[in-house]
Amino acid sequence: MVIILGLFLVLPIGMALWVSLLHWDGQSNPFSGAADFVGLHNYADLSTSAGQDRQLFMTSVRNNLYYVLLVVPLQTALSLGLAIAVNSRRIKGKGFFRTVFYFPSVTSSIAISTVFLFLFQGSGAVNALLKWVGITGPKWFTDAHGLVWSLLGLLGVVDPDKPVAALAAHGFLGLSWWDWLSGPSIAMCTIIVLAVWTTSGTYMLIFLAALQDVPVELEEAALLDGANRWQSFRNVTLPALRPVLFLVITLGLIGTWQVFDAVYVMSQGAPANTTLTPAYLSYTAGFQDADYGRAAAIAFILLAIILAMTIVQRVLLRDRDEPTTRTRFLRRRTS
Amino acid sequence: MSIGTAPAPRRRTGGRTLLTVVYLLLAGFGALYLLPFVIQIVTSFKTDPDAVAHPLSLLPNPFSLASYRTLFGLGTTGDPVPFTRWLANSVLVTVFITTGRVFFDSLAGYALARLDFRGRNLLFNGLLTVMAVPGVVLLIPKFLVLNQLGIYDSYAGMVIPLLVDAAGVFIMRQFFVSIPKEVEEAARIDGASIFRTFWSVVLPMARPALITLTILSFQGSWNEFTHFLVATQSPQYETLTTGLAHLVSGSLSAGTQYPLKLTAALLATIPVAAVFFAFQRHFVRSANSGAVKQ
Repeated sequence: MVIILGLFLVLPIGMALWVSLLHWDGQSNPFSGAADFVGLHNYADLSTSAGQDRQLFMTSVRNNLYYVLLVVPLQTALSLGLAIAVNSRRIKGKGFFRTVFYFPSVTSSIAISTVFLFLFQGSGAVNALLKWVGITGPKWFTDAHGLVWSLLGLLGVVDPDKPVAALAAHGFLGLSWWDWLSGPSIAMCTIIVLAVWTTSGTYMLIFLAALQDVPVELEEAALLDGANRWQSFRNVTLPALRPVLFLVITLGLIGTWQVFDAVYVMSQGAPANTTLTPAYLSYTAGFQDADYGRAAAIAFILLAIILAMTIVQRVLLRDRDEPTTRTRFLRRRTS
Repeated sequence: MSIGTAPAPRRRTGGRTLLTVVYLLLAGFGALYLLPFVIQIVTSFKTDPDAVAHPLSLLPNPFSLASYRTLFGLGTTGDPVPFTRWLANSVLVTVFITTGRVFFDSLAGYALARLDFRGRNLLFNGLLTVMAVPGVVLLIPKFLVLNQLGIYDSYAGMVIPLLVDAAGVFIMRQFFVSIPKEVEEAARIDGASIFRTFWSVVLPMARPALITLTILSFQGSWNEFTHFLVATQSPQYETLTTGLAHLVSGSLSAGTQYPLKLTAALLATIPVAAVFFAFQRHFVRSANSGAVKQ
């Protein structure tokens, strides 16, 4: 078991680090010296030196950043809400609802993506539903407009098709400000919905387990002391959930930076590269463009991003975590 | 569990409104979570034009088994899809991977929990580190190793790397740590070897953990996609996940064939769904122990 884990997990990382320093097309043996050693060239192409590679990579980072910014809060809030609803003591059919909400999480991501592809197609079920309430739905998978510009366009502030000159003229890391600030594309929104829908069940179960650990007496004591339901939730339940909340957010951050399956099935990065993600870009760089050096470099930058996110999140939350409200509450009650 | 006693009387009407709101929310979200599956099942019985024209209608008109026929090679319409091949491959790799994981994960978990050897803590920390490495980052590295070992594009390359998984070892280790040591010591005094103690005494006690592990492994390997994607390239090794993904992503421009794709997706979901409904509490347990997983 040590051998298998070592062979397929530890050794590969070392090999990939080496390959990320090469210009290697996958044909020769990368360890024989046949491939060109290019040092940090692959990394530079993706970050400091201007060019198509950098533009593509930064686009994928932008896409994934907006994906993370939307999915993590949405899935956390939704799963917490569902857990609280399912946990209500007076609700009947808890088991049924729990099953319904959790089921999408255990099914194959490929199968689910196929279903969503059908639901969100131009003349699909989602747009048919929207038509009932008088909304003409967009052509989800071909709409590359950013959500921010589309919404502002609806308000008449900007024209989504005509970038504001001041924003389009200047840029950062090979992408104009207009592109950086665009928000997720309409096409990306379908993948965001899919992600929230499939992951919330798992996180709901984690919240549910934590909720059941909150002593009922504590909540009842708060109610007896004259707190209303909201106050009791805000000051007793939520502080008790704090560690689990952090756990869910961390898992969410790690998971959302790895979005791959849904992109592969639903959009392959289209339209106009607005659903491209670093994970998918790494895959296509290697397996379609046969540029394994660049693919490995992308993978390592992605790893660095995930590690950085996790560390930043840990540090931010450690400071605020000192004396939690729950222990303070307990102390006050016992004194 | 007494219902009416806890809240004060003045709050009762407010409580009832709240209850109604909660029920409405639950029902609304429940519908949102169920509807995609309902539409999927219904659409699998539709014809292509019907599926495109009435994506929301819950009555197939006309009722058609064409997609099922096509998938199982009985149909006369449309291109044949090597669905039975995918199915066979999926079953094959799932059986091997699940067996391997149950066997190796429990052995390794036991070793980490009970056997005293040099570097045990180092190994355990290594295991936790490995669990923390994001899977997608390993796509290219995995390919490199398979290529070096000469098992790229083969069943061996699909199965061997997945025979042990860090999360499974972790679950089993946590379980074995919780078993009282005295039982094993008794067996050891009676002259049983380490392996014999493990096999005849400890393992039978570990039934609940083993069931959880089996189910998790089954679900994980049945739904596995990215590893098979980078480990193979020939169509003959396509599983339900890679085959379906290629079918769906490849033929976007050439006709829609939605009923066919949704049927394939449905059939790929059924085994996991069946296991899920039969062993739900094990899924719930693993999701919670999985708090440390991933």
